[in-house]
Amino acid sequence: MSDIAIKVENLSKAYQLGDFGTGTLSRDIERWWALIRGKEDPFLQVGEVNDRTSKGESDIVWSLKDINFDIKAGDAVGIIGRNGAGKSTLLKVLSRVTAPTTGNIKVKGRIASLLEVGTGFHPELTGAENIYLNGAIMGMSKREIKRKFDEIVDFAGVERYVDTPVKRYSSGMYVRLAFAVAAHLESEILIVDEVLAVGDAEFQKKCIGKMNDVSKGEGRTVLFVSHNLASIATLCNRSLVLNNGNVAFNGPITQGIDFYVNANNNNNSFAFRNDKPKSTDILAIRVLNLKNEPSLNHYYTDDVILEFDVQVEKDYRNAVLSIILKDQTERRVFASDFKLNLITSQSGKTTLRAIIPGNLLVPNRYIPIVAMHVPNKEVISYFDNQVMFEIEETGSKFAQFTGLDYGCVIVDCKWDEV
Amino acid sequence: MGDPTSTDSYKDSSANDVHIQKWDLEIKPQSSVFDLHLKDVWAYRDLLWLLVRRDFVSFYKQTIFGPLWFFIQPIFTTLIFTFIFSNLAKISTNSAPAPLFYMAGTVAWNYFADSLTKTSTVFKDNAPIFGKVYFPRLIMPISIVFSNLVKFGVQFILFIIMMAYYLFLGNKVEPNLYILLFPVVITLMAILGLGVGLIITAATTKYRDLAFVVTFGIQLLMYATPVIYPLSAAPVKYRTIIALNPMSGLIETFRYGFLGTGQFYPGAFIYSVVASILIFLIGLIVFNKVEKNFVDTV
Repeated sequence: MSDIAIKVENLSKAYQLGDFGTGTLSRDIERWWALIRGKEDPFLQVGEVNDRTSKGESDIVWSLKDINFDIKAGDAVGIIGRNGAGKSTLLKVLSRVTAPTTGNIKVKGRIASLLEVGTGFHPELTGAENIYLNGAIMGMSKREIKRKFDEIVDFAGVERYVDTPVKRYSSGMYVRLAFAVAAHLESEILIVDEVLAVGDAEFQKKCIGKMNDVSKGEGRTVLFVSHNLASIATLCNRSLVLNNGNVAFNGPITQGIDFYVNANNNNNSFAFRNDKPKSTDILAIRVLNLKNEPSLNHYYTDDVILEFDVQVEKDYRNAVLSIILKDQTERRVFASDFKLNLITSQSGKTTLRAIIPGNLLVPNRYIPIVAMHVPNKEVISYFDNQVMFEIEETGSKFAQFTGLDYGCVIVDCKWDEV
Repeated sequence: MGDPTSTDSYKDSSANDVHIQKWDLEIKPQSSVFDLHLKDVWAYRDLLWLLVRRDFVSFYKQTIFGPLWFFIQPIFTTLIFTFIFSNLAKISTNSAPAPLFYMAGTVAWNYFADSLTKTSTVFKDNAPIFGKVYFPRLIMPISIVFSNLVKFGVQFILFIIMMAYYLFLGNKVEPNLYILLFPVVITLMAILGLGVGLIITAATTKYRDLAFVVTFGIQLLMYATPVIYPLSAAPVKYRTIIALNPMSGLIETFRYGFLGTGQFYPGAFIYSVVASILIFLIGLIVFNKVEKNFVDTV
């Protein structure tokens, strides 16, 4: 079992930012000229890291930068990373949709990639015709598909509709059929990108089950990308954490998830310091985890601590510190406040804590709006978009619905039969 | 989840195995210019037929007349051409029946023109599929040419019926031995259309300017090809220029074989053969160079 299925060596992938137009033509000519003279590409030398939050100098960006890793045959590897960390690029290069800029990948066995289900489905064709077409697009031979046809139809549960054009399918049926074809690919390596975010819960369970069979039962290698850490944890035994185009961690899945959740981003988005405080003001805002460490990422089950350094003059003892929590779609989730006349500190400087209970906020990114004000009279200071934190999907009750909008908070209501 | 012992041995065992492992696939930035992945294309031949079938079936889905619609276009084109070019402009058809002359020209020309225009947008049109799954990109343009061949086949039957009708009426229609060149002519038209289409689609992944030329260029090119007139009707000093268009020799040969009017130009034909094959090869090479990274720029 020590066979290596995928070996990635010094893999890099560069993308050009911006629009293509007359402006880029001159550079293309320059590039081409360099190539003719046998020189290196003048625009690929600037080694910039893909950090989309800071504006770089060149418009070449490295989505993947010199990454190296091996994947053993039979492993189920979860690929974890923030948006823009290079996950999708890695999958695209692995599934040969686009070529790497430098480096190479060696593969043992056939790769089937599921970057999207139903690729190439034609709405006018019937379910049966689409099974053949889609299967062939993914590399199956006609004979192979014929052999698995009944199994596919059965798995998708669309027996009655096989001879109906797929444009008349419900979206659920469509996805089920598409996944069914993909799931029956006979390949040694299966690459899956968050396709499980679709379909109803029952079908999702079926998909996870099928993927489990594939990786554990049949011993095939699976690469799985998802933001849903809970489903990665159940499915995978190893993890690969990407950060800004680099491999940040490569190891067992539980450690990988810990690493990812605890990896503090260096952009300090979890801490804010007020540079020019007034005599009564908020001095600093921090987001802490249960271990009192400043942290951007938090387990769903853990409390999130918002900490505030404040100073209050005597005249302002009637002031109030308020927070309104909003999610990344600017939807406001809840409000909370603290009356500053309750401060016992003599100097007027103190630290306050607001603890947001765990098992409450739906996994998402949250931004607290923080204000110090005298109600109905004066707003002393107001901070929006200064700090944020993220709740990771580490096993909430609604983990299977990742991707659907089921609200901002999960509340354990008291359920009773009357 | 992971078994700790296997985790520990992970790094060591991999280091030892590297040298003895055989790889089935190597993904590299650039491969040789002449590596055309034709083996890969062969492996995906089932897909090719399924795509041709898809195009054919989806064409007439939800229609009453089905594939009969393939007839409509050449019939109307022939009618209009006969009226304008024969009745109004009185352009010679080398004493062949005018409708038959135009039918031969349009059917053959449409095959070439459709193959060219459809393949020239293959990257743009299929970007969503190409961006999600790998299969030899060349399958797509080849399937387009075959789909058009099916359409041509149906229209060709119409042409044969019409020819039989004129033969029966005793018009001057004299099929001759050059009819045997028909498969060659059709193949050359296919690879010429495909070749030009591949070059254009490869050239338009980043800058789309050229795509605008195709739509009206193909219409103009028809007039630079002896479709509505015989090459012999062109002034002598322009004949060489017209014959520089590789399609000219092909259309002329095609029409001569079936109708027997006009004449066979061996020079023009041989030139067409060489030019078509050359353009096709250039198209293949250019297409292969672009296909690896076009997803990033299209």
